Order: sequence, then structure tokens, then C-alpha cells
Amino acid sequence: MNAAAAITASRPLQRGPALETVGMTKAFGAFTALDDVSIDVRAGSFHALLGENGAGKSTLVKCIMGFYNATRGSVLLDGRESTIRSPRDARDLGIGMVYQHFTLVPCLTAAENLVISRADAPAVFDWKKEKPKLEEFMDGMPFRVPLNGQVSSLSAGEKQKLEILKLLYLEQRFMILDEPTSVLTPGEADEVLGLLGEMARRGEVTVLMISHKFREVKAFCDSFSVLRRGRLTGTGDAQAASVAEMSRMMIGDTEVRERAVRAARNDSRPVLDLAGLVAEDEEGRRVVDAVNLKVGAGEIVGIAGVSGNGQSALVEVLSGQRGLADGGIFINGKPFEPKRRDFDRFKVFGLPEEPLKNATVPRMSVAENIAFRSYDKPPIASLGWWLSPGPMRRKAEELIARYRVKTTSPDSPIEALSGGNVQRAVLARELSGEVDVLIVANPCFGLDFASVAEIRAQIMEQRNRGAAVLLVSEDLDEILELSDRVAVMSGGSIAYVAPIGETDRNTIGGYMGGQHMAGH
Amino acid sequence: MTAVVSATPATARGLDPKAIASIEAVLIPVGALVASAILFSFFLLALGKSPATFFNLVWVGGFGSAFSIQNTLQRAAPLILTGLAFAIPARIGLTLLGAEGALVLGGFAAAAIAIPMVGGGWPPAVGLPIMAVTAMAAGGLWVGIAGWLRHYRGVNETISSLLLGYIAIAIMNFFVEGALRDPASANKPSTMPIGDAWRIGPIPGTSVHWGLAAGIVLAVALHILMSRTTFGFAARMTGGNVRAARAQGLPVGALVVVCCAIAGACSGLAGFYEVAAIHGQANASLIAGYGFTGILVAFLARQNPLAIVPVAILFGALDAAGGLVQRRMAMPDATVLVLQGIIFVVLLVSETFYGRIPFLQPKQTGDRT
Repeated sequence: MNAAAAITASRPLQRGPALETVGMTKAFGAFTALDDVSIDVRAGSFHALLGENGAGKSTLVKCIMGFYNATRGSVLLDGRESTIRSPRDARDLGIGMVYQHFTLVPCLTAAENLVISRADAPAVFDWKKEKPKLEEFMDGMPFRVPLNGQVSSLSAGEKQKLEILKLLYLEQRFMILDEPTSVLTPGEADEVLGLLGEMARRGEVTVLMISHKFREVKAFCDSFSVLRRGRLTGTGDAQAASVAEMSRMMIGDTEVRERAVRAARNDSRPVLDLAGLVAEDEEGRRVVDAVNLKVGAGEIVGIAGVSGNGQSALVEVLSGQRGLADGGIFINGKPFEPKRRDFDRFKVFGLPEEPLKNATVPRMSVAENIAFRSYDKPPIASLGWWLSPGPMRRKAEELIARYRVKTTSPDSPIEALSGGNVQRAVLARELSGEVDVLIVANPCFGLDFASVAEIRAQIMEQRNRGAAVLLVSEDLDEILELSDRVAVMSGGSIAYVAPIGETDRNTIGGYMGGQHMAGH
Repeated sequence: MTAVVSATPATARGLDPKAIASIEAVLIPVGALVASAILFSFFLLALGKSPATFFNLVWVGGFGSAFSIQNTLQRAAPLILTGLAFAIPARIGLTLLGAEGALVLGGFAAAAIAIPMVGGGWPPAVGLPIMAVTAMAAGGLWVGIAGWLRHYRGVNETISSLLLGYIAIAIMNFFVEGALRDPASANKPSTMPIGDAWRIGPIPGTSVHWGLAAGIVLAVALHILMSRTTFGFAARMTGGNVRAARAQGLPVGALVVVCCAIAGACSGLAGFYEVAAIHGQANASLIAGYGFTGILVAFLARQNPLAIVPVAILFGALDAAGGLVQRRMAMPDATVLVLQGIIFVVLLVSETFYGRIPFLQPKQTGDRT
């Protein structure tokens, strides 16, 4: 399968192959991550692979891709047994993968990214020869990406398209997509998935997509398989099956909390007041540009936006990780500085995104991480400086039990915990006391179904108790579920604010994409 | 799934994570030492020398007699202090190479402030503490500058502390060869000697100076500071993840500067003992490489203040045995430096084994999506 030969335009588009796994089993020591999983992805289908975190989706895909060698079981490609011992074998068989995060080189152009991805990329490129070939290739594709622009200047949607084009360029017509839409706007996601769906229907590719989002599965996929705890728990027609059926297969009999209950608000005095906030990045560009926003007591204000429009920077400003260039933060009318004293005085708490990176010290123990807010106060600290490990451990044990943090011991380093449990430990630390202001950023990113429901309920509970909650999220469903008011951040400023009852997904999506559309 | 994952790890075999960490913290450095000894043996064999003779001489020269033990402890004293000077900033995430310069500057400052006091006929019991405090302040201020530059100007602290060290040495040379030169020191420019009355005597019953006791006391004190106080906790948070420390509203800048100042003060104190207990004046003898060997000591001790004491003694012994090796094996005393260099490289390599020793690991679990 020579890529250079394959892109000659005279050749008709090849077909997406069928792929079957038979009795795929992968054991790591005594632990069986994948237990006798047989899935059947028909040629030209758009197949969803569903499952909670840790269900074995990643392990299955890595076995198909040759990153792992399966303990037992085999892969049939178009009915023929294929030996895949390494990612190189997978590539030669035409199996390719789009990862959750981009694998493009940002400082190179799209054309360069395509050409260097080839297995037979020469040491010196003859661009006079390559360029027309690339143009020809692009003409045969259902969507285009500007070939000569630097990848760093492309939007997330275009980058994702380029990742897909790269697979087609390499003639990898069995595509595995790992949560491909987590970095896209709803509009971009729909566009990319729609195009892939059409290609699949024409039989040009076969797609296996790992997803958490039922909406996408229902809208674009034709068949699905569900994994739970390493076993196949269901498979079927994505159009015929209901969301309820699919989610039952995913989470089994685990009890899931109801959708968070929203209590009626009777107190509406503004608590958190952001007045003309301006913050700059390392190069002096304004990443937060005159943000004005008020959050009332017992109110959740959700900030939607495409990743990279200043939401992270705004959260960093509020949590003291980034300096404020201009403007002021006020709580109950008094100026607030993101310093320890003010965090305590105004009872400001936070659930930052990627808790392992922003809210914990990975190598410190679970107990120590849980003590971050309380280590310098009695009963852990006496005289203001002497630490007592006893009370610290007891407090941690109590919170670990109350918030059901699964850890072998309070002394384990927190980095040994799974993502959901790290987030639960942070919740235990930040939400176990009295909270007046809560700053939340992508609290459920990458977490499994049950954790998501639980964490959202906790946030809602704080709101119902009267906390002012600022929720920044890239997951529009989360914003729509939790918020009392929705704001959209675009290009560093607030582009749109509306009460939840007076807006909808499309309107918000339009404002989210606004910047992008204006720029092209 | 989470239940499955959390059930598998090490408790199954009766090892809790803390125990694993401490087993690793002993096993890996000791393994590195053994590996270094083996590599160094090849070096000796290539030179046609006997490794057995060498290690025997190191034992005899370092611990073989009361004299050699005292010689070892004498040399270990500044190494404890400079080891601490590397270890404390390392806990807050900084790699400082400023101990050598701070030691020299501290020693010089102590000698310089002694001149008017000795001349003025002050009692040594008053003057010596003033000298010690001056030495610590000078060293602390000097290394504190590196911390300040790091936090407020984003200057790489490793480079700045190293270069500040050279400036410190230049400052000493400037005064020692100029304004503060003792006219009697013809061959080796030095400050005025403080005189025998001002010398710090040995710990009673030994020939080891009090710097050893000061080092041990400081090691224990700093261990307590880092593990049992709110300051230490905040410093460890900052060192482990500065983003999280900021999000907890910690005064990161102040913590960084204070840790650097503590490090400088430790080195400065080492300089004070070099002047007040050994040389009696400040001169080029202060530039003995203790500051750099201290880095090695701190690395081998895994930045643990308590472990620094025995490790410093080990390196003191190597140093003490250098002369014996030179005489008996007809090898330059730099041979010991070759061994130190090998130990350092092997140690750096051994860092990669933490969390990777197969029989200490919990059974690997599946990669979670």
C-alpha cells in the first residue's frame, strides 16, 4: 500500500473495509481490561463505540491499532484474519486513527503536514511535483482545507478535517475516531460528522467512533457497540435503539442520580461582580478583553464558548493563576484579590479544569491534597504554623468516605487515582464547607457517566444553598442543564448574555461560532 | 471499573504506597552507589590498579581509625550545610547552584566583620555570633537575589545562581587582594587573621569543629520545617505544582525567595565555620568545591534533610581518603573526583527507575479511556 502511488487521481476512490474483532481479550497481569469482545463493523458503516471511562474502549482500539498485542482473539479485515503486531502493520493494512488531541505540526502548512506523514516521505521534497499531486488529491475529497496556510492558523474544525484528510491521503479507509468532537463547536462537530457519514454511506470509508455523546450517536451513526467493564454488553442499530437503552447498557445497574434539581430562587442580590476585566497572555495579547458580568446569589451563570476564546484565561484570573491587567473583581461590593486571605474571607472556592494540573499536587498524598484549604487553620494547624498529621488524616478519611473517593489509602499519591476520583477529592476539598462563590471550569471533562451526574448535582446543590456559581464549560449540554443564565465568550469578551428560558442551542452556537465565521 | 482498578494495587500484597516510596528511596540510591562502584572499578582496572585496594583504602582513610573518622566528620560538616542549600530550594522546584558562591561570600563577610571587632578588643563570645549571623545574612541575601530574579523577572535560577557564585568569588578576591589584604599574607592574599582567641574550638573530646553539630541541628530543624509546618507544606505545594499553589492563593513569590534565602544562609554558615574553625581568615582556600559536592550529597539523599547527614559523612570519607589513595596507589587525588563524577551521572540515570521497579509495582491495570 504505497501512499504515493495511491494518490494518483485516475484511480477511483477505494472502499472502506469491514472489520471484525473475534474474542478479543487483553489482560494486564491479573487484571482483564478486555474480555472476549467481538464487534462487527460492516463495510461502509459509521459505528459508535460506547462505554464509560475505563470500560475498555481505549484498550480495544489500541489492540486493533497494534499498540497492544491482544492476549487472545483476532482481527478480521474484510473477513480475512490479519496479524497486527504494531501500529506500522495497522497503517499498512489501511487502518488509521484520529486522536482526541491534534497530532498536526502547528508551525507547518497543511500540505507539509500531509506529505511528512507518509511512510515513504523522502529526505528532500520536490514541491514542484508534490503540490499538483496534493491539489489533485484535494479535488477528489468531499471537503477542503487550505493547503498553504500554517496549521496553527486553522480553526479547530479545519484541523480536525485535516486529520481526517491525512488518513485518506495515507489511504487509511478504516478510521478510528477517539472522541473527535471534544474540541469542536457544535456546528463544526455536526459538519465534520455529517461529511464523514456521507462518505461512509457512499462506502468510501468505514468509521469506528468512540463517543460519550448520545446526541451525536443518534444523529450520525448507523450501528453501535457498548462496552462495560471490559465486556461487550450490547450492540445494535443506532437509529432503532433508544438513548435510554444505550445508557442502560453503558452503566448497567449502577444507580445514577436524577438530573440535578433546581430550587426556585428567592434571593437575587448580585454577589460576584466582574468589572471590565482585562488580562494578557505572555506575548501581551489581550486574551480577556473587558469582561463585565454579574453573578447573583443562588445563580449559575454558564459561560459557553469554543476553546481558546479567553475562558481559560478568565478562570485563571479569578483563581489567581494569571495577573489582572485592568478592571476589578468585587464580591458583595468589596474588592476581591485572588489571594488566600480573600479566598477564605469571601468563601470563594473553585473547581478548575484538568484538576490534576490545576487543583492538585500529583505527588502529594490524597490526604494532603484534601487539606489544601484547611492545612493552615485549626485543627490541622496550631499556633498558625505547626501541622498535625493526625487531624489532617482524620479529616481526609471522613471526606474520602463522604464523597466516595476510591483510593487504596489516604497516603497514596493523588496521581494514582482515576480522573473521576481526583475530581471527587477536589470536590470534597472545595465543597465540604460553606461556599459563597464557586468558580467552575469544565468540571466533567473526560469523566464517566455516573461521575458526571454526581458532580453536576453537587454544583447545583451549592447553587440551591445560595452560592453564586460561575460555570465555564465547553460542553454546551452541561451549560444548558445547569445554568440560570448563559453567556457566550468569544474573542476574549462576552458576546451574548441571556436567561436560560430565553435562548436555545442554536442561538448560543451561533454566537460561539461568531468569531470564526467573521474571520473567514 | 473504578472499583476494579482501585482494588488491585499494592494493598493486596501488604505494601502501602508510603512503604513503597521509602523502599524505593533507599534501594535506588544504594543501587546507584553500587553501580558507580562497579563502573569505577572498570576505570581502575583500565589503569592497572586494583579496585579492592582502592575501596579498602577508602575504608581505612575514611573510617579506619579515630583520626580518620574525625577527619571525615570535619569534611562532612560543610557538606551537610551545602547539601541542605541544594535540597531546600529543590523542594520548591528550584535547581540552585549557588552554594559555592554563598559559602565563599559568607566566609568572607564573617572574616571582614571580624576585623574591626578583633581590633576593637571585643570578646569573642559576642563577636562570633555576630560573625555567624553576618555570614548567614550575606549568603541568604546573595541566593535570595537568584530567587527574586526567578520569580519576578523569570530569570533561570540555575544559571543566575551559578553566575552570582562567580561574582561572589570575585567580590572576595577584590577585597582580599585590595582593601582588606593582610600585608603579612604575601603568597596567598588573605584577610587579617582573627587570631587563636577567636577560633572556634573543637567539640570536646574530638578534633571535629562545631560546624558538624550546627549542620546536624539545622538538618533536623529544616526537616521539621519542611514536613511539619504550614510553611513547609506551602513550599511543597508550590514545588509540586505551582499552578495549584497559585489557585490556592499562596504567596508563591515570597515562598520562593524565602527558600532561596534559607539555602544561602546554610551555605553562608558553612563559610563561617570554614573561616572561624579552620582557616582563621578568608582567602582562596574557601573555594574548595564544597558547594558543588553538596549538590551530589543532596541528590543522593533525595533532598531529604535527615538523609543528607549520613550521605555527607560518606562523601566526607571519600574526600578524607583522597590523600591516602594518592600516596599508596600513586594516583592523583583527582581520582576521587572521577568517582564523584561517575556517582553523579549514575544517580541522574537512576532517577528514571522511580515507580518502575517491577516487583514493587501494583499489577498494571488497563489503560482507562
